[in-house]
Amino acid sequence: MKSFLGYERADGSVGIRNYLAVIPSVACANGVVNQIANEVKGAIPITHGYGCGAGPSDLVTTSNTLSGIGRNPNVGAVLVIGLGCEVVNADSLANSIAESGKPVEHLLIQEYGGSQKTMEKGIEIARKMSGRLSKEAKVEVPFDKLVIGLECGGSDAFSGVTANPCVGAVSDWLVERGCTVILSETTEMIGAEHVLERRAMNEEVRRRIAEIVTRMEQATRDILGPLAGMVIAPGNIDGGISTIAEKSLGCIRKGGTSPIMEVLEYAQAPTKKGLVIMDTPGYDVESISALSAGGAQLILFTTGRGTPVGSPISPTIKIASNSETYHKMKDDIDINAGTIIDGDKSITEVRDEIVQFIERVIEEKKTKAELNKQAVFGILKTATSF
Amino acid sequence: MKKVNALIINLEDNVAIALKDISQGKKVITLDREPFLALNDIPYSHKVALIHIPKEGKMVKYGETIAIAKTDIKPGEWVHIHNVESEVER
Repeated sequence: MKSFLGYERADGSVGIRNYLAVIPSVACANGVVNQIANEVKGAIPITHGYGCGAGPSDLVTTSNTLSGIGRNPNVGAVLVIGLGCEVVNADSLANSIAESGKPVEHLLIQEYGGSQKTMEKGIEIARKMSGRLSKEAKVEVPFDKLVIGLECGGSDAFSGVTANPCVGAVSDWLVERGCTVILSETTEMIGAEHVLERRAMNEEVRRRIAEIVTRMEQATRDILGPLAGMVIAPGNIDGGISTIAEKSLGCIRKGGTSPIMEVLEYAQAPTKKGLVIMDTPGYDVESISALSAGGAQLILFTTGRGTPVGSPISPTIKIASNSETYHKMKDDIDINAGTIIDGDKSITEVRDEIVQFIERVIEEKKTKAELNKQAVFGILKTATSF
Repeated sequence: MKKVNALIINLEDNVAIALKDISQGKKVITLDREPFLALNDIPYSHKVALIHIPKEGKMVKYGETIAIAKTDIKPGEWVHIHNVESEVER
């Protein structure tokens, strides 16, 4: 596959979906946002719990994440709904998204005369935007326009043996073809940072990898105290994992073996092609939200015990590590890497199965998470509210 | 396709992962090597040594060092916290 058909955006990125994102700048606008999105075809509500009453660092994270969601290539147009008195200002959020060149409008509930009026006006604007989006045609673009995020959640003893090595093989395959692959979940890198550091493309990247992992390890020890062992430990000893290095190698294996080109902040968009790292927590909901905000058009998500989670913006392909989970949760899982355990397939064969599935999802086949209307979104917050 | 009961993730690895419970004395069958006998019961998802690993030798999985041998480990031996330890204490 040298090219694919997608929606070309003004900033040069390419969407594999053509959504209208309705984004509240603050949680107080969630009700209006939901009502607008319910009424308009192709509209996706990005409701969340933040936007006010937090410290500067958390507010910047909220605002960067929301702006990144608006800029994601799968989003063709954006309607921002604000209240009026919030700290994450709807006007500046709309402006920051509009820098990408896509159509963006915004409404303030206090200014427009309350929920009902804002909702009616919002539906009118959203219908026009959605009408324009439905007329847009796909164009052929080079394959290297793909940005794919990696995630794991509900891991088991076989995650690092089947699903993650298969996804790692897909990552190498994508990087060889010039795509961008984002490895996330700093928590899961503790104990294997030396391997990642060795693959850093320069000293600055090496230093950044060491920095984010050390910071995450320290935070884990500070906050979890005696419970830190739940994170900084081999983990599943009964499952055969002997050391923390072994556990973390199993997790980072999703990224394959390519050089690491840069280290991104939470929700930051990559500036380089190839394999990059994003500093996100192991909590899958906040991690996939950051991957979407960083511009991933697709997410590969491995799971051992099974999870329904999927991004509202980036189609999320679920890969099970074992056949029992795959069959038990068939409605949630797209691909069964458990066929390796059953002796039916090799890692290379499952890699090819995932690659073919990616091609079909680009051609608008819906993932199980999309069919289930999974739209899980959560933003990282590190300090108290005020 | 050959019916395997263990997987070598990376060809540089000196351990394989049991894909099902393998009883002592039964054959460990992988795609990449000649079958060999299990010297212990190997629970599914646990590691079995592919070659002789001397005391303080490196245990390699994913093509990387995951642990150091605490004792001499023979081919076919179960590999876990009883005979390996972390390279760096954390």
